[in-house]
Amino acid sequence: MKKLNISKTSRSNFITYGMVIVLAALMMILDGAGVLSSSMRGFLVPMCIYIIMAVSLNLVVGILGELSLGHAGFMCIGAYTSAVFSKCMVDTITFAPLRFTIAILIGAACAAVFGVLIGIPVLRLKGDYLAIVTLAFGEIIKNICNVINLGVDSAGMHISFDKASDLNLAEDGQIIIKGSQGISGTPKDSTFLVGVILVMITLVVILNLINSRTGRAIMSIRDNRIAAQSIGIDVTKYKLMVFTISAAFAGAAGALYAHNYATLTATGDKFNYNASIMILVYVVLGGIGNIRGSIIATIILYILPEKLRFLKDYRMLVYAIVLILVMLYNWSPKMQEYREVLRLKLKAKFGKLNKEESIT
Amino acid sequence: MKNVWKKVAALCVAAAMAVPFTGCQSNGNSTADNSTGDNAGTAAEGGVLKIGGIGPVTGGAALYGIAVKNAAELAVKEINENGGINGMQVEFKFEDDVHDAEKSVNAYNSLKDWGMQILMGSVTSTPCQAVVEETHNDNMFQLTPSGSAVESIKYDNAFRVCFSDPNQGSASAKYIGENGIASKVAVIYNSSDVYSTGIYEKFAEEAENQPFEIVSAEAFTDDSKSDFTVQITKAKDAGAELVFLPIYFQEASLILQQANSLGYAPKYFGCDGLDGLLDVENFDISLAEGVMLLTPFAADATDDATVSFVKAYTDAYGETPIQFAADAYDALYIIKAAAEKAGITADMSVSDMGTALSKAMTEITVDGLTGSGITWDAAGEPTKEPKAVKIVITEAEDGTKSGAYAAM
Repeated sequence: MKKLNISKTSRSNFITYGMVIVLAALMMILDGAGVLSSSMRGFLVPMCIYIIMAVSLNLVVGILGELSLGHAGFMCIGAYTSAVFSKCMVDTITFAPLRFTIAILIGAACAAVFGVLIGIPVLRLKGDYLAIVTLAFGEIIKNICNVINLGVDSAGMHISFDKASDLNLAEDGQIIIKGSQGISGTPKDSTFLVGVILVMITLVVILNLINSRTGRAIMSIRDNRIAAQSIGIDVTKYKLMVFTISAAFAGAAGALYAHNYATLTATGDKFNYNASIMILVYVVLGGIGNIRGSIIATIILYILPEKLRFLKDYRMLVYAIVLILVMLYNWSPKMQEYREVLRLKLKAKFGKLNKEESIT
Repeated sequence: MKNVWKKVAALCVAAAMAVPFTGCQSNGNSTADNSTGDNAGTAAEGGVLKIGGIGPVTGGAALYGIAVKNAAELAVKEINENGGINGMQVEFKFEDDVHDAEKSVNAYNSLKDWGMQILMGSVTSTPCQAVVEETHNDNMFQLTPSGSAVESIKYDNAFRVCFSDPNQGSASAKYIGENGIASKVAVIYNSSDVYSTGIYEKFAEEAENQPFEIVSAEAFTDDSKSDFTVQITKAKDAGAELVFLPIYFQEASLILQQANSLGYAPKYFGCDGLDGLLDVENFDISLAEGVMLLTPFAADATDDATVSFVKAYTDAYGETPIQFAADAYDALYIIKAAAEKAGITADMSVSDMGTALSKAMTEITVDGLTGSGITWDAAGEPTKEPKAVKIVITEAEDGTKSGAYAAM
């Protein structure tokens, strides 16, 4: 019989898919059996959202090697556009799964368009400059979402950047975005299943991209831009491509977010640089360029502050300390050395055990 | 030594793994301890009624959440000492939402795991809009002390203690117009806040029917609430005699200070959000002299209920209660009244309890700190009259100033 020839990377990818599917199935079974706590059930969809965000950001940070601090801005675009669509179409398309699918596609597409628009001027920059510009971009998106007023009546859409009463809506009109109070009453279409499907799509697309010819070109830009250019790789094209794909997934995550809560506002720190940095923290702690690590880090770091509620006022302090400890554990040279020693010891121990077993 | 560390690390990992799945049940009891009092002895007769609360205890809006939490715990303690509700002892647990819709829903879910049967929250309007969707799904009875936006209680299972925003807006405009306080009015409001915009919009609408004119209406947002020079200058240039401030007191204190340094001294008029102005740290309260506000609660009212509440609150927490505290205190007694009317028992399901309480709410009349003879309609709105008060500053001989609210 011929042995199946599976490369090391494919095996690693399948472990990642398998891990997500097993976890999702486990959650669904627990949920079906009714043993899952309400708070855990409440975390399922947000967890999918942040996994998509972290994985797509990892594409930019880990694979392309550029620091983007505007990821939450793309999520914001996806959230707003998809929520506007759903609110307009809630009476026209009554079949929720269809409406939600279109809403996600619209959210992703709009975010991707912005990804291209921002990418064209911005991606000629690199390193710190790119980080600063993306940070500013995220803030701009957030501030625009804060001032926009949008209403719909029989005559079409009305937009005002001043106040809702300037919209001059007809009698039958309804206000969809009400300035910084955002959108309320979005249909609650997000489910865990949709979230898991989106996570899987994200993983399949991104992992396959990384292991393709394109992916290798992208990584060559990360590793040595000049060498990559010298062998004819179009740096701007690939950068733009990565940026756009990453933005599109962030947009899809935004759509999922908007349809999970009844209210959507861009105030506070939901879509500002704090949110972008939080996602960057997931990526960095999970391991830059390590997709599976991003997933695990997101799951743990999203649940942790909620599970620390019993600490009351010290909750966020403890969370911060945990972040520092994880960072030290992962990246301090001394710790890495110690882990290596530990690994060898364990190996020796279990190796011995195996030998003993084989003797008996 | 290394082995010890290894064990510690393994334990930590194991604990981290176990926490997501278990954690909840055990936490609940320990945190609620301080407010449950002596329920152990009486639990056998009537059971325990679990009431949850949600609001911001950390972050920018923490002041309101803390006030609500403190007052609610105070009320629960009193209720338990006086025999509880229908013989049931009350357990109260308050969760933080950092004034964020997503966290608020998480807090709600975590309270559900704890076994919450009635929700007293959310404190702020926007998170409340998200939570009301969840309580509606579960048909849990929800009474928000201070979520004043119209949409905060859009379902049948949700009620509120405070006024709705539109209600306050039109009441303010009428009051200014009918009493001829000013003919040119400027408004400074927070466009990113549901509360503030809601009041302003209704105020502007009602102003058309009143004998005064809005000469300038300037907005600020949560992200730019430290410098109000532009807004104040515009109001000044437009010749406004009165500035209407449908905002919370921290921003109002800055506006008063900055207007003073610009040499502008109009009259000020505000809503219930201004209550608390006198307690702002490092604020020269003499600037607040003559500020008028519509509020359902004044901490120095002389009726017995207010006096004893203010005393109990001050003794327990060392500060004067603001209006949010009064709302929360009332909320617990309203729940008690409704529960007694509906005759609920601890073993009822959340949904049955929700239906029974929602029905009872429209039948009860409550005399509370924030109004007497309050009744509710099926939409969840309370019927009560706002009172206009004026801040009076008195200076003692040693130069210390103290402020008081005087009825107008």
